Amino acid sequence: MAIELRSGVPDGAMAEKWSRHQFELKLVNPANKRRYSVIVVGSGLAGASAAASLAELGYGVSCFCIHDSPRRAHSIAAQGGINAAKNYPNDGDSVHRLFYDTVKGGDYRAREANVHRLAEISNSIIDQCVAQGVPFAREYSGLLDNRSFGGAQVSRTFYARGQTGQQLLLGAYGALSRQVGLGNVALHTRHEMLELVLIDGAARGIVTRNLATGAIDAHVADAVVLATGGYGNVYFLSTNAKQSNVTATWRAHRNGALFANPCFVQIHPTCIPVSGSHQSKLTLMSESLRNDGRVWVPRDQGDSRPPAEIPDAERNYYLEERYPSFGNLVPRDVASRAAKAVCDDGFGVGATGQAVFLDFRDAQARMGRPAVEQKYGNLFQMYEQITGENGYQTPMRIFPAVHYTMGGLWVDYNLQSTVPGLFVIGEANFSDHGANRLGASALMQGLADGYFVLPYTIGGYLAEATLPPADGSHAACGDAVRTATGRLERLLAVGGSTPVDDLHRELGQVMWDHAGMSRNATHLGAAKDAVRVLRERFWREVGVPGAQAGINQPLERAGRLADFLEFGELLIDDALHRNESCGSHFREEHQTDDNEALRNDDEYAYVAAWEYRGEDTAAALHREPLEFIEVKPSVRSYK
Amino acid sequence: MAAASSANLDLTLDVWRQASPDERGGFQRYEMAGMSPDMSFLELLDQLNDRLEREGKEPIAFDHDCREGICGSCGFLINGHAHGPQSGITSCQLHLRSFRSGDHLVVEPWRSSSLPVIKDLVVDRSAFDRIIQAGGFISANTGSAPDANALPVSRTKAELAMDAAACIGCGACVATCKNASAMLFTAAKASQLALLPQGQPERHQRAVRMVEAMDDAGFGNCTNERECEGNCPKQISFSHIARLNRDYIAGKLRAVT
Ligand SMILES: Cc1cc2nc3c(=O)[nH]c(=O)nc-3n(C[C@H](O)[C@H](O)[C@H](O)COP(=O)(O)OP(=O)(O)OC[C@H]3O[C@@H](n4cnc5c(N)ncnc54)[C@H](O)[C@@H]3O)c2cc1C
Ligand code: FES
Repeated sequence: MAIELRSGVPDGAMAEKWSRHQFELKLVNPANKRRYSVIVVGSGLAGASAAASLAELGYGVSCFCIHDSPRRAHSIAAQGGINAAKNYPNDGDSVHRLFYDTVKGGDYRAREANVHRLAEISNSIIDQCVAQGVPFAREYSGLLDNRSFGGAQVSRTFYARGQTGQQLLLGAYGALSRQVGLGNVALHTRHEMLELVLIDGAARGIVTRNLATGAIDAHVADAVVLATGGYGNVYFLSTNAKQSNVTATWRAHRNGALFANPCFVQIHPTCIPVSGSHQSKLTLMSESLRNDGRVWVPRDQGDSRPPAEIPDAERNYYLEERYPSFGNLVPRDVASRAAKAVCDDGFGVGATGQAVFLDFRDAQARMGRPAVEQKYGNLFQMYEQITGENGYQTPMRIFPAVHYTMGGLWVDYNLQSTVPGLFVIGEANFSDHGANRLGASALMQGLADGYFVLPYTIGGYLAEATLPPADGSHAACGDAVRTATGRLERLLAVGGSTPVDDLHRELGQVMWDHAGMSRNATHLGAAKDAVRVLRERFWREVGVPGAQAGINQPLERAGRLADFLEFGELLIDDALHRNESCGSHFREEHQTDDNEALRNDDEYAYVAAWEYRGEDTAAALHREPLEFIEVKPSVRSYK
Repeated sequence: MAAASSANLDLTLDVWRQASPDERGGFQRYEMAGMSPDMSFLELLDQLNDRLEREGKEPIAFDHDCREGICGSCGFLINGHAHGPQSGITSCQLHLRSFRSGDHLVVEPWRSSSLPVIKDLVVDRSAFDRIIQAGGFISANTGSAPDANALPVSRTKAELAMDAAACIGCGACVATCKNASAMLFTAAKASQLALLPQGQPERHQRAVRMVEAMDDAGFGNCTNERECEGNCPKQISFSHIARLNRDYIAGKLRAVT
C-alpha cells in the first residue's frame, strides 16, 4: 500500500491556522446533520465530550464503553489538574507560552500546529467545565484558583481537590447523559469493540461483544471515533486502570490505521512501590508532593538504619545535587531515570531495594505539620492506607511507574487516522505531547479534542464523503463478526492451564526490564525475542475457563492480552529504530558525558508511523517530518 | 478488626456465586492460607481466582477498574458491611492488614432489586445512569459558556458542592439502606448543582425529574435511617438529602416538571 502521510496542517501564521481552517472546513447543513450517524468508542474525557458535543450539533450518535457506566472510564482517576492559558494569576502566561512549554516539554517530537491549537482552545475548556458545574478550587474572592504543577514556571493548573479527573469526567458524563435522556445518543455500556468494519476503504462501523451477555454484534455508522485511551498496561503494572487496553486501537491498526511513536511511554516518578508478587496495579501519588518533599537515598549501600537516624551528611539528595536549578522539580522523565539509576547502583531502599525516599521532615520543620497536612493530608492518608506507614514520621518510599502513553494511532490535523472516516481522540492518538507529556496536559488534550476539535473536523469529512448506504447486513459486517467470533473461539479452545494474568505479568516484566525507563539495542533485541516466545506460549498454554455467553472476565482479559502481545513487539521495534534519546525514550547508546539524553534532530525529527503488514511480517515505517518554525529546538537542560 | 497484622494471614471466605441473573445463587467456601497483609482485598480475590483458573474453574466475577477508590466499580458486602469494616474507603482500598489470621469473611454482592445481580458479585447499576439522564446535569451546550471567572462562587459554597460531587456512584448507599433507597446518590448530584449559581435555572425541575426517575427505577423511600451516610466510602453527608427534598417540594409546588 502506498501511504502518504499528509498532516493537513493549514497554511498561514501559526496563530491563525485553526480559525482559518475552521472557516475553510465544509459545513454540514443543520437539517442534514440528523441524517449522519457517528459511533464513538469510549466514554472517558475524550469520548464523553465528543459524543455529547456531536449530539448537541444534531448528529445521531452511538457511544460504547466497556464499563458498566460511562462515568467509570479511566479518566476518573486523574488527580492533579488541567492546564489552561487563562493567565488569571497575571504571572506571564499566554497561549504562546503554553504552546512553547508543551513543544519543549515534548522534546521537539510533536507537531507544532496541533500543539498551538491545543493551547488556543485550553481557555474555552475551563469556561465550558465551569458552566457545567465542575467545582474547581476557588479563592476567597470566589474566583478560580490556580497552582503550579509539574515544575511549570507559571501557575496555570486548575484543579478540584485531588479529584480533577473525576470532576471533569462527571461534567462530560452529565452532558452525555443529557443527550442520552433526550434520545440523541444511544448508549451501549459493557460493550467491547473487537473489530473495525471497513466498507469501500472507509471506517463504517465496529463489532462489539456485549460483556454481560456475550452477544457479538455489528454496528454501522457514517464515521467512527476511537477514544479508547492509552496502552500503558502492556507493562502489566502501571497506574492505569485495570481495564485499560490496546484492543480497539490495535484492531484499527490491523485494519490499516498507522500506529505512531509507540515507544514514547511516560514513566511517573512518584508512585507507591511494588509490595509483593500479588501486586495488581500501581498507585500514583500526585507529583505536587515534589513541591515540598525532598528525594534522597543513603550514601552507603545497604544502610539499614531507620531513615530518621541517617544524618544529612550521609544522605544523597541526588536530584538537588545533580540539578541545582530545578532540584526535586525536574521533569518526570528526568526524575524517573535518576531514581532508577540510584537503585540500579544498589542504593535503593525498602525490602525490594526498588524505591527511594520522599521526605517531609524538612517541610514539616519549615511550614509546621498542620500546613503540610492541609496541603497534602489526603495523599499521606492514601500512602498509609496502602503501605501501613505514617509518612509524617518516616519518609515515604516511592518508585517510578508506567503512567501515560504519548504514542497512539497516527492522526492528521483533523484527528483523522490513515483510514478515512476513522477519527482518534484523547490518549488513543499520538498527537500533541511528543516524546514526553507535561503534567495536567492530558486532561486538556482529551477535552480539547472532544469538545472543540473533532465536532468541527468530522463535519468537514462528512460533508465531502460519498458514503453508500449500509447496514448490519453488509458483507463487511459479516466478515468482521466472523473474525471477532473466530478469535474468541480460538481463545476458549486453547485449553491450557496458565491463567491469563500470569502470562500478562511475564510480558510486563519483559517490557519493564528491557523497554522501560532505559533502553539499549541488546536488551531491546532480547525483549523482542522474549515477546515472540511468550506470544507462542500464550496460544499454547493459556487457560480460559467458561464460555462465550455471559460474563467471562478471563475471556475479556485473554483477548486484550493477545493484542498486547502483538503490540508489545511493535513498541520494541519502534524503540529499536529510534537511535537517539528524546523525552521519555532514553537509549543508553545516546547520552552526553554526564548521562543526559542526547537527541538527534538531524536524523530523527519525525513521527514514526508504522503500517501493519501481517502477524509474521515486520511493520513498515512511514515518516512524517516535523518542522519547528516557532519553537527552535534546543537542548532541554534542568541543571 | 482494628489490630493491624504484620504476619501472613489465613482467611476463610464464603463468597456468593451465581452463574447468571435468573439462577439462584449460593455461598461457596474457600480457604486462603498465607496471604500477605499488604494485599488489597481485590488482590485477595485475584489470588483466589488464579487458583480457580489453574484448576480450570470459573473465577469469581467482580467489577473493578481503578483499584484506588475513585471509579466506583468495586463494591461488595463484607460480613454485612458495604466495602468492609473500615469506614471511608472502598473495597479496593481495604487491605488485609485490617483483618486477623483466622477471620471468616462473608462476601456478597449489593442486595437490592433495583441493582440486580448479573453474575457472582457483579450487579447492574444502570438505574443510576437513568437518574442522571433524567436531570443530573446543567444544560450548557458546548461553546455556549461565558468566561469562567464571570460568575464568582463563594469558596464555602464551592467547597460544599465539591463535598457532594465526591460521590463515586458505587451503590453502597442503596445496599445498606433497609428501604434500598437511592436518595443519597441522587441528592449528592442534585445538591452539588443546587449549591452553584450555574445550577439555579434548572434547580427545581432537576430535583423533580431525578426523584421521579429514582422512583421509576424502583428504589425505596428514604425514612431517615442514615445508614447510607455511615457506609458511604466518600462520607457524603446526609444533609444533602434535606436539600433535595426541599427542592423537590418547591418543584412540585410550582408544578414545573
Ligand atoms: C492515576 C492517573 C492520574 C492522572 N492525572 C492526570 C492529571 O492530573 N492531569 C492530566 O492532564 N492527566 C492526568 N492523567 C492522564 C489522563 O487521566 C488520561 O490520559 C486521560 O484521562 C485519558 O482520557 P481518554 O478519554 O483518552 O481515555 P480513558 O479515560 O482511558 O477512556 C477510555 C474509554 O474507552 C473505553 N474503551 C477502552 N477500550 C475499549 C474497547 N475495546 N471497546 C469499547 N470501549 C473501550 C473505556 O470504557 C473508556 O470509556 C492521569 C492518569 C493516571 C493514570
Ligand atoms: S476499583 Fe475503582 S473504586 Fe474500587
